Amino acid sequence: MNRRYILPLVTFIIICLIWDVVVRANGWSVQVFPGPLVAINSVWELITNGTLFKHTVASLYRVTAGFYLAALIGIPLGMILGRIKVIKDAFNPLIQFLRPISPLAWIPLAVIWLGIGDPPAIFLIFMSCFFTLLVSTMIAVESISPIYFQVAANFGFSRYEVITKIVIPAVIPEIVTSLRLTVAIAWLVVVAAEMIAVQSGLGYLILDSRNALRMDYVMVGMITIGAIGLLLDYIMLRLARVDCAFWGSLK
Amino acid sequence: MAHIKIENLNKRYINRRKTRRDDDNPETKVGAEVVVLQDINLEFEDGEMVCILGSSGCGKSTMLRMLAGFDRPTSGRILIDGEQVKGPSSNYIYVFQHNGLLPWMTIWQNVELGVRHIKDEEERGDVIQEYIDMVELTGFEDHHIYQLSGGMRRRAELARALAVEPDMLIMDEPFTGLDFLTRMKMREEVVNMHEYIGKTIVMVTHDIDDALVMGDRIVLMAGTPAEVKVSQKILDVPHPRNLEKEPTLCNLREELYLKLGVSHVA
Ligand SMILES: Nc1ncnc2c1ncn2[C@@H]1O[C@H](COP(=O)(O)OP(=O)(O)O)[C@@H](O)[C@H]1O
Ligand SMILES: [Mg+2]
Repeated sequence: MNRRYILPLVTFIIICLIWDVVVRANGWSVQVFPGPLVAINSVWELITNGTLFKHTVASLYRVTAGFYLAALIGIPLGMILGRIKVIKDAFNPLIQFLRPISPLAWIPLAVIWLGIGDPPAIFLIFMSCFFTLLVSTMIAVESISPIYFQVAANFGFSRYEVITKIVIPAVIPEIVTSLRLTVAIAWLVVVAAEMIAVQSGLGYLILDSRNALRMDYVMVGMITIGAIGLLLDYIMLRLARVDCAFWGSLK
Repeated sequence: MAHIKIENLNKRYINRRKTRRDDDNPETKVGAEVVVLQDINLEFEDGEMVCILGSSGCGKSTMLRMLAGFDRPTSGRILIDGEQVKGPSSNYIYVFQHNGLLPWMTIWQNVELGVRHIKDEEERGDVIQEYIDMVELTGFEDHHIYQLSGGMRRRAELARALAVEPDMLIMDEPFTGLDFLTRMKMREEVVNMHEYIGKTIVMVTHDIDDALVMGDRIVLMAGTPAEVKVSQKILDVPHPRNLEKEPTLCNLREELYLKLGVSHVA
Protein backbone atom coordinates (compact mmCIF):
# COMPACT_ATOMS: atom_id res chain seq x y z
CA MET A 1 0.00 0.00 0.00
CA ASN A 2 2.64 2.49 1.05
CA ARG A 3 5.00 1.32 -1.65
CA ARG A 4 2.56 2.50 -4.30
CA TYR A 5 3.07 6.08 -3.18
CA ILE A 6 6.56 6.11 -1.74
CA LEU A 7 8.32 4.42 -4.65
CA PRO A 8 7.18 6.86 -7.35
CA LEU A 9 7.95 9.76 -5.03
CA VAL A 10 11.49 8.51 -4.49
CA THR A 11 11.96 8.07 -8.24
CA PHE A 12 10.67 11.58 -8.81
CA ILE A 13 13.01 13.12 -6.25
CA ILE A 14 16.00 11.24 -7.67
CA ILE A 15 15.19 12.45 -11.19
CA CYS A 16 14.94 16.04 -9.91
CA LEU A 17 18.26 15.69 -8.15
CA ILE A 18 19.96 14.37 -11.29
CA TRP A 19 18.36 17.20 -13.25
CA ASP A 20 19.70 19.71 -10.75
CA VAL A 21 23.18 18.23 -10.85
CA VAL A 22 23.25 18.24 -14.65
CA VAL A 23 22.15 21.87 -14.74
CA ARG A 24 24.85 22.93 -12.27
CA ALA A 25 27.54 20.91 -14.04
CA ASN A 26 27.04 22.07 -17.63
CA GLY A 27 27.06 25.76 -16.89
CA TRP A 28 24.48 26.81 -19.46
CA SER A 29 22.47 29.93 -18.73
CA VAL A 30 19.35 29.57 -16.64
CA GLN A 31 17.26 30.72 -19.59
CA VAL A 32 18.42 27.85 -21.80
CA PHE A 33 18.42 25.05 -19.27
CA PRO A 34 16.64 25.93 -16.03
CA GLY A 35 16.87 23.65 -13.03
CA PRO A 36 13.98 22.13 -11.10
CA LEU A 37 13.80 24.90 -8.54
CA VAL A 38 13.56 27.55 -11.23
CA ALA A 39 10.88 25.54 -13.00
CA ILE A 40 8.82 25.13 -9.84
CA ASN A 41 9.23 28.80 -9.12
CA SER A 42 7.99 29.65 -12.61
CA VAL A 43 5.01 27.32 -12.19
CA TRP A 44 4.07 29.29 -9.11
CA GLU A 45 4.63 32.58 -10.90
CA LEU A 46 2.38 31.64 -13.84
CA ILE A 47 -0.28 30.28 -11.52
CA THR A 48 -0.40 33.42 -9.42
CA ASN A 49 -0.51 35.84 -12.33
CA GLY A 50 -3.33 33.86 -13.98
CA THR A 51 -1.49 33.10 -17.24
CA LEU A 52 -1.42 29.35 -16.73
CA PHE A 53 -5.10 29.17 -15.90
CA LYS A 54 -6.04 31.18 -18.99
CA HIS A 55 -3.99 28.97 -21.34
CA THR A 56 -5.14 25.75 -19.73
CA VAL A 57 -8.78 26.73 -20.06
CA ALA A 58 -8.23 27.66 -23.71
CA SER A 59 -6.66 24.28 -24.46
CA LEU A 60 -9.28 22.34 -22.55
CA TYR A 61 -12.03 24.22 -24.33
CA ARG A 62 -10.68 23.24 -27.75
CA VAL A 63 -10.13 19.64 -26.77
CA THR A 64 -13.60 19.40 -25.29
CA ALA A 65 -15.26 20.95 -28.32
CA GLY A 66 -13.39 18.84 -30.88
CA PHE A 67 -13.72 15.68 -28.83
CA TYR A 68 -17.45 16.08 -28.22
CA LEU A 69 -18.08 16.86 -31.87
CA ALA A 70 -16.16 13.76 -32.92
CA ALA A 71 -18.05 11.61 -30.40
CA LEU A 72 -21.46 13.02 -31.31
CA ILE A 73 -20.91 12.44 -35.00
CA GLY A 74 -18.53 9.48 -35.01
CA ILE A 75 -20.33 7.14 -32.61
CA PRO A 76 -23.80 7.28 -34.23
CA LEU A 77 -22.24 7.03 -37.69
CA GLY A 78 -20.21 4.04 -36.52
CA MET A 79 -23.42 2.38 -35.34
CA ILE A 80 -25.07 2.95 -38.69
CA LEU A 81 -22.06 1.55 -40.52
CA GLY A 82 -21.93 -1.43 -38.20
CA ARG A 83 -25.59 -2.25 -38.71
CA ILE A 84 -26.20 -1.51 -42.38
CA LYS A 85 -23.99 -3.52 -44.67
CA VAL A 86 -24.65 -1.46 -47.82
CA ILE A 87 -23.55 1.76 -46.18
CA LYS A 88 -20.48 0.10 -44.77
CA ASP A 89 -19.52 -1.29 -48.17
CA ALA A 90 -19.93 2.15 -49.68
CA PHE A 91 -17.96 4.15 -47.11
CA ASN A 92 -15.49 1.81 -45.49
CA PRO A 93 -12.73 2.05 -48.14
CA LEU A 94 -12.86 5.85 -47.98
CA ILE A 95 -12.69 5.77 -44.19
CA GLN A 96 -9.78 3.36 -44.17
CA PHE A 97 -8.03 5.64 -46.67
CA LEU A 98 -8.51 8.81 -44.63
CA ARG A 99 -7.82 7.23 -41.26
CA PRO A 100 -4.03 6.82 -41.48
CA ILE A 101 -3.55 10.46 -42.51
CA SER A 102 -2.10 12.19 -39.46
CA PRO A 103 -4.34 14.95 -38.16
CA LEU A 104 -1.29 17.22 -38.41
CA ALA A 105 -1.29 16.80 -42.18
CA TRP A 106 -4.61 18.66 -42.15
CA ILE A 107 -2.99 21.79 -40.68
CA PRO A 108 -2.47 23.65 -43.97
CA LEU A 109 -6.00 22.95 -45.17
CA ALA A 110 -7.47 23.74 -41.78
CA VAL A 111 -5.80 27.13 -41.71
CA ILE A 112 -6.68 27.99 -45.31
CA TRP A 113 -10.29 26.92 -44.95
CA LEU A 114 -11.06 28.00 -41.41
CA GLY A 115 -8.66 30.90 -40.88
CA ILE A 116 -7.07 31.38 -37.50
CA GLY A 117 -8.46 31.14 -34.02
CA ASP A 118 -10.46 28.31 -32.48
CA PRO A 119 -12.11 26.75 -35.56
CA PRO A 120 -8.98 25.23 -37.18
CA ALA A 121 -7.73 23.95 -33.82
CA ILE A 122 -11.08 22.37 -33.02
CA PHE A 123 -11.17 20.90 -36.52
CA LEU A 124 -7.78 19.26 -35.99
CA ILE A 125 -8.87 17.78 -32.66
CA PHE A 126 -12.00 16.54 -34.35
CA MET A 127 -9.99 14.87 -37.11
CA SER A 128 -7.71 13.21 -34.59
CA CYS A 129 -10.64 11.60 -32.72
CA PHE A 130 -13.29 11.09 -35.36
CA PHE A 131 -11.95 8.12 -37.32
CA THR A 132 -10.84 6.15 -34.29
CA LEU A 133 -14.26 6.52 -32.70
CA LEU A 134 -16.05 5.78 -35.95
CA VAL A 135 -14.11 2.63 -36.73
CA SER A 136 -14.06 1.23 -33.21
CA THR A 137 -17.81 1.76 -32.85
CA MET A 138 -18.38 0.10 -36.20
CA ILE A 139 -16.31 -2.93 -35.23
CA ALA A 140 -17.96 -3.13 -31.81
CA VAL A 141 -21.43 -3.12 -33.36
CA GLU A 142 -20.48 -5.75 -35.90
CA SER A 143 -19.19 -8.07 -33.23
CA ILE A 144 -22.38 -8.09 -31.17
CA SER A 145 -23.46 -11.71 -30.83
CA PRO A 146 -26.18 -12.50 -33.41
CA ILE A 147 -28.05 -14.33 -30.65
CA TYR A 148 -29.06 -10.99 -29.15
CA PHE A 149 -30.63 -9.91 -32.42
CA GLN A 150 -32.47 -13.20 -32.63
CA VAL A 151 -33.76 -12.62 -29.12
CA ALA A 152 -34.85 -9.17 -30.25
CA ALA A 153 -36.70 -10.61 -33.27
CA ASN A 154 -38.25 -13.32 -31.14
CA PHE A 155 -39.52 -10.85 -28.56
CA GLY A 156 -40.83 -8.53 -31.25
CA PHE A 157 -38.51 -5.58 -30.59
CA SER A 158 -39.14 -2.45 -32.61
CA ARG A 159 -36.24 -0.91 -34.50
CA TYR A 160 -35.94 1.68 -31.75
CA GLU A 161 -35.80 -0.99 -29.07
CA VAL A 162 -33.11 -2.89 -30.95
CA ILE A 163 -30.96 0.26 -30.82
CA THR A 164 -31.66 1.22 -27.21
CA LYS A 165 -31.86 -2.22 -25.64
CA ILE A 166 -29.28 -4.15 -27.67
CA VAL A 167 -26.90 -2.09 -29.79
CA ILE A 168 -26.11 0.77 -27.42
CA PRO A 169 -25.69 -1.19 -24.20
CA ALA A 170 -23.72 -3.88 -26.03
CA VAL A 171 -21.11 -1.45 -27.35
CA ILE A 172 -20.80 0.91 -24.39
CA PRO A 173 -17.77 -0.88 -22.90
CA GLU A 174 -15.84 -0.70 -26.19
CA ILE A 175 -16.87 2.90 -26.72
CA VAL A 176 -15.68 3.94 -23.28
CA THR A 177 -12.32 2.32 -24.03
CA SER A 178 -11.93 4.14 -27.31
CA LEU A 179 -13.06 7.42 -25.76
CA ARG A 180 -10.23 7.04 -23.29
CA LEU A 181 -7.84 6.42 -26.13
CA THR A 182 -9.01 9.33 -28.25
CA VAL A 183 -9.05 11.89 -25.49
CA ALA A 184 -5.35 11.17 -25.02
CA ILE A 185 -4.74 11.65 -28.74
CA ALA A 186 -6.75 14.87 -28.68
CA TRP A 187 -4.63 16.18 -25.85
CA LEU A 188 -1.50 15.38 -27.87
CA VAL A 189 -2.81 17.11 -30.95
CA VAL A 190 -4.10 20.28 -29.29
CA VAL A 191 -0.57 21.35 -28.42
CA ALA A 192 0.51 21.08 -32.03
CA ALA A 193 -2.65 22.80 -33.24
CA GLU A 194 -2.07 25.73 -30.90
CA MET A 195 1.39 26.27 -32.26
CA ILE A 196 0.06 27.32 -35.63
CA ALA A 197 -3.21 29.11 -35.55
CA VAL A 198 -3.99 30.69 -32.21
CA GLN A 199 -2.84 33.18 -29.58
CA SER A 200 -3.72 31.16 -26.49
CA GLY A 201 -3.49 27.69 -25.06
CA LEU A 202 -0.67 25.61 -23.66
CA GLY A 203 0.81 25.00 -27.11
CA TYR A 204 0.90 28.73 -27.69
CA LEU A 205 2.46 29.25 -24.25
CA ILE A 206 5.27 26.88 -25.17
CA LEU A 207 5.86 28.40 -28.58
CA ASP A 208 5.68 31.96 -27.30
CA SER A 209 8.05 31.24 -24.41
CA ARG A 210 10.53 29.68 -26.79
CA ASN A 211 10.50 32.82 -28.87
CA ALA A 212 11.11 34.81 -25.72
CA LEU A 213 13.86 32.36 -24.75
CA ARG A 214 12.09 31.52 -21.51
CA MET A 215 12.77 27.79 -21.28
CA ASP A 216 11.40 27.78 -17.74
CA TYR A 217 8.00 28.78 -19.10
CA VAL A 218 8.33 26.10 -21.77
CA MET A 219 8.81 23.61 -18.98
CA VAL A 220 5.81 24.96 -17.11
CA GLY A 221 3.76 24.32 -20.25
CA MET A 222 5.08 20.77 -20.48
CA ILE A 223 4.47 20.05 -16.81
CA THR A 224 0.90 21.29 -17.07
CA ILE A 225 0.26 19.20 -20.18
CA GLY A 226 1.52 16.12 -18.40
CA ALA A 227 -0.57 16.78 -15.30
CA ILE A 228 -3.77 17.44 -17.24
CA GLY A 229 -3.16 14.39 -19.40
CA LEU A 230 -2.99 12.27 -16.26
CA LEU A 231 -6.17 13.85 -14.97
CA LEU A 232 -8.03 13.22 -18.23
CA ASP A 233 -6.98 9.60 -18.22
CA TYR A 234 -8.11 9.24 -14.62
CA ILE A 235 -11.52 10.69 -15.46
CA MET A 236 -11.93 8.34 -18.42
CA LEU A 237 -10.90 5.41 -16.27
CA ARG A 238 -13.61 6.32 -13.78
CA LEU A 239 -16.06 6.48 -16.66
CA ALA A 240 -15.30 2.83 -17.48
CA ARG A 241 -16.64 1.89 -14.05
CA VAL A 242 -20.03 3.52 -14.42
CA ASP A 243 -22.99 1.21 -14.19
CA CYS A 244 -23.81 0.65 -17.81
CA ALA A 245 -20.22 0.00 -18.89
CA PHE A 246 -19.11 -2.31 -16.10
CA TRP A 247 -20.50 -5.50 -17.62
CA GLY A 248 -17.89 -5.31 -20.37
CA SER A 249 -15.11 -5.98 -17.90
CA LEU A 250 -16.75 -9.29 -17.07
CA LYS A 251 -16.77 -10.75 -20.54
CA MET B 1 -52.81 -23.52 -29.34
CA ALA B 2 -49.84 -24.98 -31.09
CA HIS B 3 -50.37 -27.94 -33.31
CA ILE B 4 -47.32 -28.41 -35.45
CA LYS B 5 -47.12 -30.01 -38.84
CA ILE B 6 -43.87 -30.33 -40.73
CA GLU B 7 -44.34 -31.35 -44.34
CA ASN B 8 -41.63 -32.56 -46.73
CA LEU B 9 -39.12 -30.28 -45.08
CA ASN B 10 -35.77 -29.93 -46.81
CA LYS B 11 -32.82 -27.78 -45.84
CA ARG B 12 -29.70 -27.30 -47.87
CA TYR B 13 -26.79 -25.03 -47.07
CA ILE B 14 -24.27 -23.67 -49.51
CA ASN B 15 -20.83 -24.53 -48.23
CA ARG B 16 -18.85 -21.29 -48.10
CA ARG B 17 -15.88 -22.58 -46.23
CA LYS B 18 -12.80 -24.08 -47.80
CA THR B 19 -11.86 -27.44 -46.40
CA ARG B 20 -8.40 -28.63 -47.20
CA ARG B 21 -8.73 -32.23 -46.18
CA ASP B 22 -11.20 -33.53 -48.74
CA ASP B 23 -10.64 -31.79 -52.02
CA ASP B 24 -12.21 -34.66 -53.92
CA ASN B 25 -15.25 -34.94 -51.75
CA PRO B 26 -17.94 -32.93 -53.54
CA GLU B 27 -19.75 -32.23 -50.28
CA THR B 28 -16.93 -30.17 -48.86
CA LYS B 29 -16.19 -28.15 -51.98
CA VAL B 30 -16.72 -24.45 -51.77
CA GLY B 31 -20.09 -23.54 -53.22
CA ALA B 32 -21.31 -27.12 -53.08
CA GLU B 33 -24.68 -27.72 -51.52
CA VAL B 34 -24.83 -29.60 -48.27
CA VAL B 35 -28.12 -31.31 -47.64
CA VAL B 36 -28.80 -31.18 -43.93
CA LEU B 37 -32.42 -32.21 -43.72
CA GLN B 38 -34.27 -34.31 -46.26
CA ASP B 39 -37.97 -35.01 -46.47
CA ILE B 40 -38.82 -34.49 -42.85
CA ASN B 41 -42.45 -35.18 -42.03
CA LEU B 42 -43.58 -34.75 -38.46
CA GLU B 43 -46.72 -33.91 -36.60
CA PHE B 44 -46.90 -32.81 -32.98
CA GLU B 45 -50.14 -32.50 -31.11
CA ASP B 46 -51.13 -29.43 -29.22
CA GLY B 47 -49.59 -29.34 -25.74
CA GLU B 48 -47.14 -32.14 -26.35
CA MET B 49 -43.73 -32.23 -24.82
CA VAL B 50 -41.61 -33.29 -27.77
CA CYS B 51 -38.05 -34.46 -27.23
CA ILE B 52 -35.85 -34.61 -30.30
CA LEU B 53 -32.83 -36.89 -30.21
CA GLY B 54 -30.08 -37.26 -32.73
CA SER B 55 -26.35 -37.39 -33.13
CA SER B 56 -24.46 -34.16 -33.03
CA GLY B 57 -24.45 -32.24 -36.31
CA CYS B 58 -27.44 -34.03 -37.80
CA GLY B 59 -29.53 -30.88 -38.11
CA LYS B 60 -31.60 -30.67 -34.94
CA SER B 61 -30.75 -27.04 -34.27
CA THR B 62 -31.36 -26.23 -37.92
CA MET B 63 -34.85 -27.64 -37.66
CA LEU B 64 -35.59 -25.75 -34.45
CA ARG B 65 -34.38 -22.50 -36.01
CA MET B 66 -36.78 -22.97 -38.89
CA LEU B 67 -39.57 -23.79 -36.45
CA ALA B 68 -38.86 -20.49 -34.67
CA GLY B 69 -38.74 -18.60 -37.96
CA PHE B 70 -35.08 -17.61 -37.72
CA ASP B 71 -34.28 -19.58 -40.85
CA ARG B 72 -36.21 -20.56 -44.00
CA PRO B 73 -36.72 -24.09 -45.30
CA THR B 74 -35.21 -24.76 -48.72
CA SER B 75 -38.44 -26.51 -49.57
CA GLY B 76 -41.41 -27.91 -47.70
CA ARG B 77 -43.59 -26.26 -45.10
CA ILE B 78 -43.87 -25.82 -41.39
CA LEU B 79 -47.42 -25.22 -40.24
CA ILE B 80 -48.29 -24.08 -36.77
CA ASP B 81 -52.05 -24.27 -36.18
CA GLY B 82 -52.46 -24.43 -39.94
CA GLU B 83 -50.45 -21.30 -40.61
CA GLN B 84 -47.10 -21.31 -42.28
CA VAL B 85 -44.19 -19.97 -40.24
CA LYS B 86 -43.02 -16.73 -41.87
CA GLY B 87 -40.59 -15.30 -39.35
CA PRO B 88 -39.86 -14.94 -35.65
CA SER B 89 -42.86 -14.24 -33.49
CA SER B 90 -43.42 -13.85 -29.79
CA ASN B 91 -45.93 -16.69 -30.01
CA TYR B 92 -43.01 -19.11 -30.25
CA ILE B 93 -40.18 -18.40 -27.90
CA TYR B 94 -36.80 -19.95 -28.51
CA VAL B 95 -34.66 -20.75 -25.50
CA PHE B 96 -31.09 -20.59 -26.64
CA GLN B 97 -28.51 -23.35 -26.37
CA HIS B 98 -25.96 -20.79 -25.26
CA ASN B 99 -26.81 -17.84 -23.18
CA GLY B 100 -29.54 -15.72 -24.69
CA LEU B 101 -29.96 -13.50 -21.64
CA LEU B 102 -28.82 -9.92 -22.13
CA PRO B 103 -25.76 -9.47 -19.88
CA TRP B 104 -26.24 -5.71 -19.46
CA MET B 105 -29.60 -6.22 -17.82
CA THR B 106 -30.62 -7.64 -14.47
CA ILE B 107 -32.73 -10.76 -14.19
CA TRP B 108 -35.74 -8.54 -13.58
CA GLN B 109 -35.11 -6.48 -16.72
CA ASN B 110 -34.54 -9.60 -18.78
CA VAL B 111 -37.83 -11.09 -17.70
CA GLU B 112 -39.46 -7.73 -18.30
CA LEU B 113 -38.59 -8.04 -22.01
CA GLY B 114 -41.31 -10.63 -22.30
CA VAL B 115 -44.06 -8.47 -20.81
CA ARG B 116 -43.33 -5.08 -22.37
CA HIS B 117 -46.87 -4.93 -23.71
CA ILE B 118 -48.35 -4.63 -20.20
CA LYS B 119 -48.69 -0.89 -19.79
CA ASP B 120 -49.66 -0.74 -16.14
CA GLU B 121 -46.43 -0.74 -14.18
CA GLU B 122 -47.77 -2.43 -11.07
CA GLU B 123 -49.46 -5.17 -13.02
CA ARG B 124 -46.32 -5.73 -15.04
CA GLY B 125 -44.23 -5.96 -11.89
CA ASP B 126 -46.59 -8.58 -10.48
CA VAL B 127 -46.30 -10.72 -13.59
CA ILE B 128 -42.50 -10.45 -13.62
CA GLN B 129 -42.36 -11.42 -9.95
CA GLU B 130 -44.70 -14.32 -10.54
CA TYR B 131 -42.43 -15.88 -13.15
CA ILE B 132 -39.25 -15.20 -11.22
CA ASP B 133 -40.85 -16.92 -8.24
CA MET B 134 -41.96 -19.79 -10.45
CA VAL B 135 -38.38 -20.64 -11.41
CA GLU B 136 -37.29 -20.09 -7.80
CA LEU B 137 -35.09 -17.12 -8.42
CA THR B 138 -36.80 -15.01 -5.76
CA GLY B 139 -34.24 -12.66 -4.26
CA PHE B 140 -32.09 -12.60 -7.37
CA GLU B 141 -34.14 -10.01 -9.24
CA ASP B 142 -31.42 -7.38 -9.24
CA HIS B 143 -28.58 -9.75 -10.00
CA HIS B 144 -26.76 -9.68 -13.28
CA ILE B 145 -26.13 -12.74 -15.40
CA TYR B 146 -22.52 -13.15 -14.34
CA GLN B 147 -23.62 -13.43 -10.74
CA LEU B 148 -25.68 -16.55 -11.46
CA SER B 149 -24.68 -20.17 -11.82
CA GLY B 150 -25.34 -22.08 -15.05
CA GLY B 151 -28.52 -23.64 -13.73
CA MET B 152 -29.88 -20.31 -12.51
CA ARG B 153 -29.21 -18.77 -15.91
CA ARG B 154 -31.24 -21.46 -17.65
CA ARG B 155 -34.04 -20.93 -15.16
CA ALA B 156 -33.93 -17.18 -15.69
CA GLU B 157 -34.13 -17.67 -19.42
CA LEU B 158 -37.00 -20.05 -18.91
CA ALA B 159 -38.79 -17.44 -16.81
CA ARG B 160 -38.30 -14.85 -19.51
CA ALA B 161 -39.69 -17.21 -22.14
CA LEU B 162 -42.66 -18.26 -20.01
CA ALA B 163 -43.55 -14.68 -19.11
CA VAL B 164 -44.40 -14.07 -22.78
CA GLU B 165 -47.05 -16.81 -22.44
CA PRO B 166 -46.15 -18.19 -25.84
CA ASP B 167 -48.10 -20.93 -27.54
CA MET B 168 -44.92 -22.92 -27.87
CA LEU B 169 -41.51 -23.11 -26.28
CA ILE B 170 -38.53 -24.20 -28.35
CA MET B 171 -35.52 -25.33 -26.37
CA ASP B 172 -32.18 -26.32 -27.84
CA GLU B 173 -30.23 -28.54 -25.46
CA PRO B 174 -31.36 -26.62 -22.40
CA PHE B 175 -29.44 -28.86 -19.99
CA THR B 176 -26.07 -28.96 -21.68
CA GLY B 177 -23.27 -27.90 -19.40
CA LEU B 178 -25.23 -28.34 -16.19
CA ASP B 179 -23.91 -30.54 -13.43
CA PHE B 180 -25.68 -33.82 -12.73
CA LEU B 181 -27.86 -32.72 -9.82
CA THR B 182 -28.90 -29.45 -11.41
CA ARG B 183 -29.78 -31.37 -14.51
CA MET B 184 -32.01 -33.76 -12.61
CA LYS B 185 -33.74 -30.83 -10.92
CA MET B 186 -34.19 -28.94 -14.15
CA ARG B 187 -35.75 -32.00 -15.76
CA GLU B 188 -38.28 -32.17 -12.99
CA GLU B 189 -38.93 -28.46 -13.10
CA VAL B 190 -39.55 -28.43 -16.83
CA VAL B 191 -41.86 -31.43 -16.56
CA ASN B 192 -43.82 -29.79 -13.73
CA MET B 193 -43.94 -26.53 -15.57
CA HIS B 194 -45.21 -28.30 -18.67
CA GLU B 195 -47.92 -30.09 -16.74
CA TYR B 196 -48.91 -26.78 -15.17
CA ILE B 197 -49.05 -24.57 -18.27
CA GLY B 198 -49.80 -27.26 -20.85
CA LYS B 199 -48.04 -25.47 -23.69
CA THR B 200 -46.37 -27.29 -26.53
CA ILE B 201 -42.66 -27.69 -25.88
CA VAL B 202 -40.21 -28.81 -28.52
CA MET B 203 -36.88 -29.67 -26.99
CA VAL B 204 -33.64 -30.98 -28.41
CA THR B 205 -31.49 -33.08 -26.17
CA HIS B 206 -28.62 -35.44 -26.75
CA ASP B 207 -29.45 -37.45 -23.67
CA ILE B 208 -31.77 -40.39 -24.27
CA ASP B 209 -32.77 -40.54 -20.60
CA ASP B 210 -33.79 -36.87 -20.67
CA ALA B 211 -36.14 -37.70 -23.48
CA LEU B 212 -37.52 -40.84 -21.86
CA VAL B 213 -38.13 -39.16 -18.52
CA MET B 214 -39.63 -35.99 -19.93
CA GLY B 215 -41.17 -36.55 -23.34
CA ASP B 216 -44.73 -37.12 -24.41
CA ARG B 217 -43.26 -37.82 -27.78
CA ILE B 218 -39.79 -38.90 -28.74
CA VAL B 219 -38.35 -38.11 -32.13
CA LEU B 220 -35.11 -39.62 -33.31
CA MET B 221 -33.27 -38.10 -36.23
CA ALA B 222 -30.23 -39.69 -37.78
CA GLY B 223 -28.19 -39.97 -40.93
CA THR B 224 -26.73 -37.48 -43.36
CA PRO B 225 -28.91 -35.95 -44.59
CA ALA B 226 -31.02 -36.41 -41.51
CA GLU B 227 -34.24 -38.37 -41.63
CA VAL B 228 -36.81 -39.12 -38.98
CA LYS B 229 -36.18 -42.64 -37.70
CA VAL B 230 -38.62 -42.63 -34.82
CA SER B 231 -41.53 -40.43 -33.85
CA GLN B 232 -43.28 -42.19 -31.05
CA LYS B 233 -45.84 -41.03 -28.57
CA ILE B 234 -45.37 -42.32 -25.04
CA LEU B 235 -48.78 -43.16 -23.70
CA ASP B 236 -49.91 -43.95 -20.19
CA VAL B 237 -46.63 -43.50 -18.38
CA PRO B 238 -47.32 -40.83 -15.77
CA HIS B 239 -44.72 -38.52 -14.28
CA PRO B 240 -42.50 -38.84 -12.34
CA ARG B 241 -41.18 -41.71 -14.38
CA ASN B 242 -38.85 -44.39 -13.20
CA LEU B 243 -37.01 -45.73 -16.21
CA GLU B 244 -36.03 -49.06 -14.64
CA LYS B 245 -39.55 -49.96 -13.60
CA GLU B 246 -41.30 -49.20 -16.87
CA PRO B 247 -40.87 -51.98 -19.41
CA THR B 248 -42.18 -49.84 -22.28
CA LEU B 249 -39.52 -47.22 -21.60
CA CYS B 250 -36.79 -49.84 -21.20
CA ASN B 251 -37.62 -51.33 -24.57
CA LEU B 252 -37.82 -47.96 -26.21
CA ARG B 253 -34.52 -47.00 -24.67
CA GLU B 254 -32.82 -50.06 -26.11
CA GLU B 255 -34.36 -49.41 -29.50
CA LEU B 256 -33.16 -45.80 -29.47
CA TYR B 257 -29.63 -46.80 -28.53
CA LEU B 258 -29.62 -49.39 -31.29
CA LYS B 259 -30.78 -46.85 -33.85
CA LEU B 260 -28.06 -44.48 -32.75
CA GLY B 261 -25.54 -47.25 -33.35
CA VAL B 262 -24.87 -48.35 -29.76
CA SER B 263 -25.69 -52.00 -29.13
CA HIS B 264 -24.67 -52.71 -25.53
CA VAL B 265 -26.17 -50.64 -22.81
CA ALA B 266 -25.40 -51.33 -19.18
N1 LIG C 1 -25.42 -21.42 -41.49
C1 LIG C 1 -24.93 -22.60 -41.92
N2 LIG C 1 -24.24 -22.67 -43.07
C2 LIG C 1 -23.75 -23.84 -43.50
N3 LIG C 1 -23.89 -25.03 -42.85
C3 LIG C 1 -24.57 -25.02 -41.69
C4 LIG C 1 -25.12 -23.81 -41.16
N4 LIG C 1 -25.72 -24.11 -39.99
C5 LIG C 1 -25.56 -25.45 -39.81
N5 LIG C 1 -24.87 -25.99 -40.82
C6 LIG C 1 -24.55 -27.42 -40.97
O1 LIG C 1 -25.72 -28.15 -40.79
C7 LIG C 1 -25.47 -29.32 -40.06
C8 LIG C 1 -26.42 -29.46 -38.90
O2 LIG C 1 -26.13 -28.46 -37.94
P1 LIG C 1 -27.00 -28.33 -36.61
O3 LIG C 1 -28.41 -28.14 -36.97
O4 LIG C 1 -26.38 -27.27 -35.78
O5 LIG C 1 -26.77 -29.74 -35.94
P2 LIG C 1 -27.20 -30.27 -34.50
O6 LIG C 1 -27.93 -29.19 -33.78
O7 LIG C 1 -28.06 -31.46 -34.78
O8 LIG C 1 -25.97 -30.68 -33.79
C9 LIG C 1 -24.01 -29.29 -39.64
O9 LIG C 1 -23.29 -30.18 -40.46
C10 LIG C 1 -23.59 -27.88 -39.90
O10 LIG C 1 -22.26 -27.85 -40.34
MG1 LIG D 1 -27.29 -28.06 -32.03
